[in-house]
Amino acid sequence: MIAYILRTLIKMCVTLFVIITLVFFATRLSGSPMETFLGEGLTAEDRELMIAYFGLDQSIWQQYLGYLRGIVEGNYGLSFLERRPVADIVAERVGPSLQLLASSVLLTVAVAIPLGVLAALYRESWVGSAIMALAFVGYAVPNFVIATFMVLVFAFMWNLLPVVGNGSWAHFIMPTIAMSGVLIAALTRFTRNAMLDVLGQDFMRTARAKGLPETVVILKHGLRNAGVTVLSVLGLQIAGLAAAGNVVVESIFSWPGIGELLVQSAITRDYPVLQFGVIAVSLAVVVINALTDIAYAVADPRIRLAKA
Amino acid sequence: MVDVTQTPVERGAIATLWTEANTIQKIAALIGLALVLLAVLAPLIAPFDPLKQSLIARLRPPVGFERHKPGFWLGTDELGRDVLSRSLYGLRLTLMLALLGASIGLLLGGTLGLVAGLRRGWTEDAIMGAVDLQIAVPFTLIALLILSIFGSTLPVMVAVLGIAGWEQYARIVRAEVRRITELPFIEAARASGGPPRYIALTHVLPNIVSPLVVQFTLALSNIVILESTLSFLGLGVQPPTATLGSMVGYGRDYMPTAPWMVIVPALMIILLTFSVQILGDWLRDRADVRLRSR
Repeated sequence: MIAYILRTLIKMCVTLFVIITLVFFATRLSGSPMETFLGEGLTAEDRELMIAYFGLDQSIWQQYLGYLRGIVEGNYGLSFLERRPVADIVAERVGPSLQLLASSVLLTVAVAIPLGVLAALYRESWVGSAIMALAFVGYAVPNFVIATFMVLVFAFMWNLLPVVGNGSWAHFIMPTIAMSGVLIAALTRFTRNAMLDVLGQDFMRTARAKGLPETVVILKHGLRNAGVTVLSVLGLQIAGLAAAGNVVVESIFSWPGIGELLVQSAITRDYPVLQFGVIAVSLAVVVINALTDIAYAVADPRIRLAKA
Repeated sequence: MVDVTQTPVERGAIATLWTEANTIQKIAALIGLALVLLAVLAPLIAPFDPLKQSLIARLRPPVGFERHKPGFWLGTDELGRDVLSRSLYGLRLTLMLALLGASIGLLLGGTLGLVAGLRRGWTEDAIMGAVDLQIAVPFTLIALLILSIFGSTLPVMVAVLGIAGWEQYARIVRAEVRRITELPFIEAARASGGPPRYIALTHVLPNIVSPLVVQFTLALSNIVILESTLSFLGLGVQPPTATLGSMVGYGRDYMPTAPWMVIVPALMIILLTFSVQILGDWLRDRADVRLRSR
């Protein structure tokens, strides 16, 4: 077990190192980013000063080593645009992003797990087909299209919901739904399939034969066993999908989170912010994936033995 | 005299597929075909030049609404450009980008998967390491980074869409190659002295075409979504050229007064992703024998 955890953690660290290295060299490929950023507004002297200040006159290897040292020491660079530490800029955005993520995951779990169970139980009837059709819609329609139509109807036509920012609980409704669409679709499918696998097992028949009420059989014996698979999907899929989704959704609703920051820094070419933001989000996703892997292995011995 | 030993005329693969499809799949196929035709014929059927501006015909609603201008069937945008014509050209560009991107992904991932499956050793480790890395990092982040660094031009966009999803092809091809190379007929080919490249191209490749076709169709829908999303965010193809995604993105600013600028391209995106996704799911289910028995 310990060997498995160690191996997962080492693999995680290697992945992170490779990501940091690739991101660093990718952002240096375009030559000096200062050229595109500073434009013509600066005098030659100011220019020299800025280049020395951001360390852009050193060789690329010196810059790379400096960047690695900075990461270890907690110094992640300064924003070109705001002239202050990128860690501060990103840190301000973590809270709103986590709030939106939390509300989306809550909505996803509350909707997708019951839907998935129902779809499995009634897979022969129209109920099951209707649920799977709904899941299909969530999967096939891009979230920006869902968001745009919601804004059109609820904000502009009926004037019910606010569009910009995260001021009140009403601000959460549309972004949460837009974020959750694809997550609900994915989790409903997985819950259904996990339940279908469990429903055919012998212990389900035994539970029914004991005379247990059907709800107890389904929820206690069925869902609890399907739950292991469902939870692992929650960890593995949702981290990635949410990271992608929040870039789009936060931009649409001007949500002051990391996703909106990433898009803005990509458009304004504020590389230190973009670089650190991408590394921070990738780090979060990779760590969550590793933890899910470990949790899954703890819960199910077959996994850790198979991978050993 | 009727020759009773004559076998019935072999029907084409597409005809067979058609008879097996259910109603929804048939509708999806027809919509898909219609969209492809519209995209291909866009220069012939578009009523106007998609870039032609007209100051007196700005923000006009579709025909049938008050204040509409005859000839502009789906209304005009803020510069008086015809929304229908722009949508047709946008659809054309979206489809072209998606097909190019998916093909590059197929070539790149297929080749690397083939090499990984045949070579083994550190080559395989390196390729599969790259696959794991790409699975670990959300692709939207990679796309943001690349487009920001190299600029939002058409070639860069095609490259981004090509990199998206190569890892799926690589995984599939490697797994299939490993499975097939264990089979007796490959051993026979090897025993008779066939060079590795010859075996790969003539014996292995033809046997993995079907899972690749399925993956290509599934990937196409994802790539359409990715391209529309990036263009919507303003990171894709730059104006005045438009794809469906960027039309929705720029139209957003005019949504309260000119909702048709958004609704028309958004509906086209939905039709496109729906039909492609239904066809992809269907091909996958057909190819997967386990699912068919369910």
